[in-house]
Amino acid sequence: MAKSVAPALEPTQPPARQTYASVSDRIADLVLKRRSRWPWFLGFTLALLCMLAFCVACAVLFWKGPGIWGVNIPVAWGYAIGNFVWWIGIGHAGTFISAILLLLRQHWRTSINRFAEAMTLFAAGIAGIFPVLHLGRPWFFYWLLPYPNVMELWPQWRSPLVWDIFAISTYLIVSLLFWYIGLIPDLATLRDRAKTRGRQIVYGLFALGWRGEARHWARHQSAYLLIAGLATPLVVSVHSVVSLDFAIGNTPGYHSTIFPPYFVAGALFSGFAMVLTLAIPLRHFFRLHDLITLQHLENAAKVLLATGWLVAYGYLCEIFMAYYSGDRFEMYVVKDRLAGPYAPVYWALLVCNVLVPQVLWWRKARRNVALLFVLSLVVNMGMWMERFLIVVSSLHRDFLPSSWGMFHPTGWDWTHLIGSIGTFALLFLLFVRFLPAISIYEIREQLHEQRKEGA
Amino acid sequence: MHDRKYDAGADDLDAFAQERRRVLKLMAAAAAMAGGACSGPPPEKIVPYVDTPEQSLPGKPLFYATATRLSGYGTGVLVEANEGRPTKVEGNPLHPASLGATDVFSQAAVLQLWDPARSQTPLRDGRVATWDEFLLDTENGLRELDASRGDGLFVLTGAVCSPTLQSQLEALHSRYPGMRWHQYDPLHRDNELRGSELAFGRAVDTRYSFDRARVVLSLDADVVSAAPHSVRYAHDLASLRRPHADRMSRLYALESFPGLIGARADHRVALPPADIERFAFRLGRDLGVAPAVVGDSPAPSFEKALVDDLLAAGAAALVLPGPAMPPRVHALVHAINHRLGGQGQTFEHTPPVAFKPVANVESIRTLADAMRAGRVRMLVILEGNPVYDAPADLEFAARLRTVARSVHLSAYADETSAYCRWHLPRVHEFEQWSDVRAFDGTASIVQPIIAPLYGGHSAHELLNVLLRSGAAAHDTVRGVWQRTFGNTDQDERWRTALRDGVIANTRAAAVTLAPELAESIFSNPPPPVDLAINFVADQSVRDGEFANNAWLQELPRSMSKLTWDNAAYVSPSTAARLKIASGDEVELRRAGRTVRAGVWVLPNHADDCVTVPLGYGRTRAGPVGDGIGFDAYRLRTLDAPWHGSVELIRTGAQRLLVTTQHHSRMEGRDLVRTATLAQFARNPQFATDEEIEKVPEHTLYPDRPYDGYKWGMAIDLNACIGCNACTIACQAENNIPVVGKEQVLRGREMHWIRVDRYFHDHDSGVDFQPVPCMHCEHAPCEEVCPVGATVHDSQGLNVQVYNRCVGTRFCSNNCPYKVRRFNFLQYVDRTQESLKALRNPDVTVRERGVMEKCSYCIQRIQRGRIEAERLGRKLRDGEVVTACQAACPAQAISFGDLNDPGSAVRAAKASPRNYALLAELNTRPRTTYLARVINPRPDDTEE
Amino acid sequence: MAQVFDRGLVLALKIGTLVAIALTATLLVSWRWSIDYPNAQGAPPQQPLPFSHQHHVRDDGIDCRYCHSGVEKSAFAGMPGSNVCLTCHSQLFRDSPAFAPLHASARTGRRLQWTRVNDLPDFVYFDHSAHVSHGVPCKECHGRIDQMPLTARARSLEMQWCLSCHRNPGGHLVSPAAVFDMNAQLPASRAERRAQLAHYDVLSRKWLTDCSTCHR
Repeated sequence: MAKSVAPALEPTQPPARQTYASVSDRIADLVLKRRSRWPWFLGFTLALLCMLAFCVACAVLFWKGPGIWGVNIPVAWGYAIGNFVWWIGIGHAGTFISAILLLLRQHWRTSINRFAEAMTLFAAGIAGIFPVLHLGRPWFFYWLLPYPNVMELWPQWRSPLVWDIFAISTYLIVSLLFWYIGLIPDLATLRDRAKTRGRQIVYGLFALGWRGEARHWARHQSAYLLIAGLATPLVVSVHSVVSLDFAIGNTPGYHSTIFPPYFVAGALFSGFAMVLTLAIPLRHFFRLHDLITLQHLENAAKVLLATGWLVAYGYLCEIFMAYYSGDRFEMYVVKDRLAGPYAPVYWALLVCNVLVPQVLWWRKARRNVALLFVLSLVVNMGMWMERFLIVVSSLHRDFLPSSWGMFHPTGWDWTHLIGSIGTFALLFLLFVRFLPAISIYEIREQLHEQRKEGA
Repeated sequence: MHDRKYDAGADDLDAFAQERRRVLKLMAAAAAMAGGACSGPPPEKIVPYVDTPEQSLPGKPLFYATATRLSGYGTGVLVEANEGRPTKVEGNPLHPASLGATDVFSQAAVLQLWDPARSQTPLRDGRVATWDEFLLDTENGLRELDASRGDGLFVLTGAVCSPTLQSQLEALHSRYPGMRWHQYDPLHRDNELRGSELAFGRAVDTRYSFDRARVVLSLDADVVSAAPHSVRYAHDLASLRRPHADRMSRLYALESFPGLIGARADHRVALPPADIERFAFRLGRDLGVAPAVVGDSPAPSFEKALVDDLLAAGAAALVLPGPAMPPRVHALVHAINHRLGGQGQTFEHTPPVAFKPVANVESIRTLADAMRAGRVRMLVILEGNPVYDAPADLEFAARLRTVARSVHLSAYADETSAYCRWHLPRVHEFEQWSDVRAFDGTASIVQPIIAPLYGGHSAHELLNVLLRSGAAAHDTVRGVWQRTFGNTDQDERWRTALRDGVIANTRAAAVTLAPELAESIFSNPPPPVDLAINFVADQSVRDGEFANNAWLQELPRSMSKLTWDNAAYVSPSTAARLKIASGDEVELRRAGRTVRAGVWVLPNHADDCVTVPLGYGRTRAGPVGDGIGFDAYRLRTLDAPWHGSVELIRTGAQRLLVTTQHHSRMEGRDLVRTATLAQFARNPQFATDEEIEKVPEHTLYPDRPYDGYKWGMAIDLNACIGCNACTIACQAENNIPVVGKEQVLRGREMHWIRVDRYFHDHDSGVDFQPVPCMHCEHAPCEEVCPVGATVHDSQGLNVQVYNRCVGTRFCSNNCPYKVRRFNFLQYVDRTQESLKALRNPDVTVRERGVMEKCSYCIQRIQRGRIEAERLGRKLRDGEVVTACQAACPAQAISFGDLNDPGSAVRAAKASPRNYALLAELNTRPRTTYLARVINPRPDDTEE
Repeated sequence: MAQVFDRGLVLALKIGTLVAIALTATLLVSWRWSIDYPNAQGAPPQQPLPFSHQHHVRDDGIDCRYCHSGVEKSAFAGMPGSNVCLTCHSQLFRDSPAFAPLHASARTGRRLQWTRVNDLPDFVYFDHSAHVSHGVPCKECHGRIDQMPLTARARSLEMQWCLSCHRNPGGHLVSPAAVFDMNAQLPASRAERRAQLAHYDVLSRKWLTDCSTCHR
């Protein structure tokens, strides 16, 4: 993978005419000087409305119970779990880009890692909400945590849901730290460049008194690398653990050993799709064509293509294993997916996740921004459908035909999904407005190295 | 916490439970927001009696013997009272119609009792009035009658099987010779009555002994379903269905609407009513009791096998005529049975158990005529709802309006009440003194368990008013029996009667008769109809009497698994012919009357025939029963009480019909395993002879030792008749909420034990499989619960700890049997006080967001266990009986300690038929099944 | 340009953060306490009349079972009806104002409303007869009731408290004769404890800590 993008180094460097100062100006001014235009306000308003809808939906949920959703027996898990898995997946690309590519010295990452990390943080945060919403008695969610209590009871450690709690909270904390540590020097830059007292104070507070001393830089670098090292295994572990929520279960369609790698691949797949979904408008509206170059997009596209094939392998493997195992229930699940009531979803996701991405074999396609944007949306959609299918279609027809049923989403199901997307968008819009969407100091660092080579 | 049950009314455990939880919930929310200060749960009261009643021991239930009524006939029951609150009904082992089991109606009787929609006050012309006003008004009426010696006094009842009521009616008649007494019950037995008159020249009842019948033919006679004798007959029938090479009976069934007996039959043919009648004629000819008839057999091979078997069995053979079969078929069947020679063995005749039975349709017609002629001065309706269920062409409502002084005694202010001058609330069976005879004549005393909740009076009290006697119901009843008992040890016999729930030697004595058939009755065989209509009692609401009972409404009908509705049932091929599908709305037309109904396509239904269950489309049943389904009575006319021809037209609209089982086939999975008796003899291990069907011997899981008790259950699929008694008994015992049509539609019904129904792919066979929690030893649910809310206990029970459950629903996903139920919303009614009083104080009431499931009635296990330990001994087999097991008429369920070598369940599991559902998953279920063995004629099963 | 954050401000910030954290913690703890049982341990709640166990048990030596008649047979120990009180108090202290509610209830048939002292959650199915028949003396849960002029909750009644005994009951059992004796001596030595366990046949103890033993 590192290889595949190695020759791409050249054009992803900042243009030679840039100076340290100009880089700082370019990026810092996006936050400090540039006034928001109507597209931002439009997006902001829409996102805000969705977020409010999300809040209303949650209030109703807490008041009435999960019955407002379409869940039932046998399909006791619905959108809430699907959304959770989907968001967690999206969260993956950030850490992957920041941590793994950093360790692999993939310099082209510098222009996209900052907002990718932000994306990770917001996505994981939203994902973390869903399991709690999903509970029948959410006000007792803390019973899943090990804490001393007068009942002398502990969580039931064999349950993957308990492992989830740790996996996700760890992931959240680490990505937050990683993101924040990366931000500190830039926050200091903003503090120093800020004109109004208010901004100076706010940015100053979060800059933690960064003065750019050599000592600061030394500590910062080692800390940054350490966290990167910490984060790397998480990229693999988190979604593996999430996948165990299903793989541990004995439900045909859940009970499968391919799930951990299959889920991780899917996560990167959807994650990179989301990176593109975010990068392209960012680049467009903030005129960052020189920092986020076509080459960046192309690299992302290549990763998309690669992970897409991993996912496709997963699909294939499921079908093969079902028949190889000779398990009558597993085989029925495959039949049901191919021709059952949820077959349209299955075929749609195959089109979205396997068929469509194949256009990326062509360089033209990889460098066609509009097409990439549409494609990224298609993949995101496809991945959501995959999550839905795994959760619902496996459950709706399991062992006893007498208990077979269907899942029909209600308005509240959709509100929670769309609302969560809105909330995500809202957070991201605020992020690009108030924080440097591209790492200032790392670009400058890169410029420096580039000069050295030049000399 | 039991202390809380000290006072029935004053404070209720749920009330506090719900209150407390609500407070906690709010606090959790508040804390999450502000960590703000909240107050703890409110302090709670203990309210002791002022004058402690003797023999009451708070915390311990008392059982009273009494009887419930169905179409006037009684079934003996034991009513469990907790601090005076009737909460559960069990069968009375001493009573011939019960033998310890119950039907769904007896189980639902407690909900009927506590139903807040019951009429609570007398109404005069629909306005609230008082009992005294009624007395005053009636007194005036009686004065007029005194003058006319009773001319113009009309009394309407159903079948009268209460000796006390009988004597009161006699007294009334002697006081008012001009009085006219009419009887009407929509589920009348006119055909049976007329048939016996045709055969013997007199009215007789016929009792069957299925435990002696080797070959049984049912002519559309579903004797094990929804009739006063069903429980007993189901029990007897099951006793000869155990697979023994020499002692297993063979069942033949002809039916239009697939019934329970048809589902159990070894040979079954579905025919429209007219063809069944024609078949009966042919059979009569074959057995030489009827003249030759034209036309060929509707079921040749069936007929041949049947005739051979009947003749072979001789006196051990029995033919049953269905209540809907016309009188001449009843007469013919009498002749056949006598020809076969079973009198005194498989059946016997007795004088009618009911007092002066009359043909109901005729009786209500004459009443209607009298009303039209204006001869009715005072009409007293002691029971029934004629405005709703009288033959449609009588225009009963219109006639009734013209009656000057009409009185209607009923539990609900129903359709009839609305047309009467006076409506009087009738007390529930559990609130009154009375007596009643069972189908075989055995009498029981009906004693009150609780004082009338809403005032109200019994039929006896009302008649006492008409008789101007101030006697209380108790004295009246006691007085009647005083005569029977004689003066020797009077009180002793009375007390015994009350304690046992049956009165010794009151069973009707048999009479020996010989039938004589007039040739003439076989002339003009029934004309074939293009599309026949077939009226049947609904399995849950019967004639509409139970329409407001939510338990029964939500109880899936055995065959269609429909809830909360009736439907026009048609066979698949007829549906294809008429181009209709389930859910389509159709208009049914006959005799210029129309009704719009939803269609349900039902496999095994007879072709060219539409079955319409009665009892729906109520308008004044109460909040639960109003406005659901369609009113089939509107098509039911004098000339066609059960069958007739009908037109069916699609309206293009749709009706929403909800079922609890969406898939009816087994998909080739060996869930219910069946063999013929011959195959069973050859290979007793047939249920587990394939590797996949065995419980794996080797496992990675450690085997847990169970040194104490080791509870297990075995369900005999051969005995189960699919009557649903277990489901509703469980609902009553375990405080299981009703969720309503809309939630059932979403697939959220809460029944802890469901009865799965599978239609066969190739023949017309049906399988029933009751599915409670399997209490797996390797329970998949336990591994995935993050908070340990479902765990194994040392007795091997898979217990669900409601107060620990947070509702991830992972356990349900991981349960291969899908027996877990989830409170998706707040299903339990927190506000209705009377429903709180109904609940079992020994079972936690679950709130929303909590998973629940069958617990093997752990509250009963614990009670028995604590009791035994107090006496310093172990529990004995049969001391702990689960609710489903107790209710089952066919004794299909055995439950007990697997460590007890003598236990019944251990014996059951030792049977070669014993198998575990989905054994290959290695869940090691504690609940296992005994495979089904059917007994068809060998020649046509050997392929 | 002037320094935005001088030393003072920075210090203030640091302290402020610490205070905020501490405050949240205390709020949470105080909330936890606020949802404790309605009547505090050791604090007698308000009752319709000032009944003194001390007087009846210690001074008069009346046996527990005289009033709490169900304690050996039922889950519920039983609360005496007014008629039981009146067996004595129709003569004794008839005119004392404190007894007005009792006589009123006997006269009007209106029931006395006692405030529950030992209140378990509704999903806990405690059974007196099971404990009494296994030699758990009253005082183990109700404390020295004979020294209570006004009755108060003696134990925490938290699940961990129940478990402490259910996990090893040996030390809490007395001979059948001593169950209702307030001065009953609990087994001191291991030998005695084992003897008690053997006597009540609770040697296999696993089911004592089953969820299903108390929750249904």
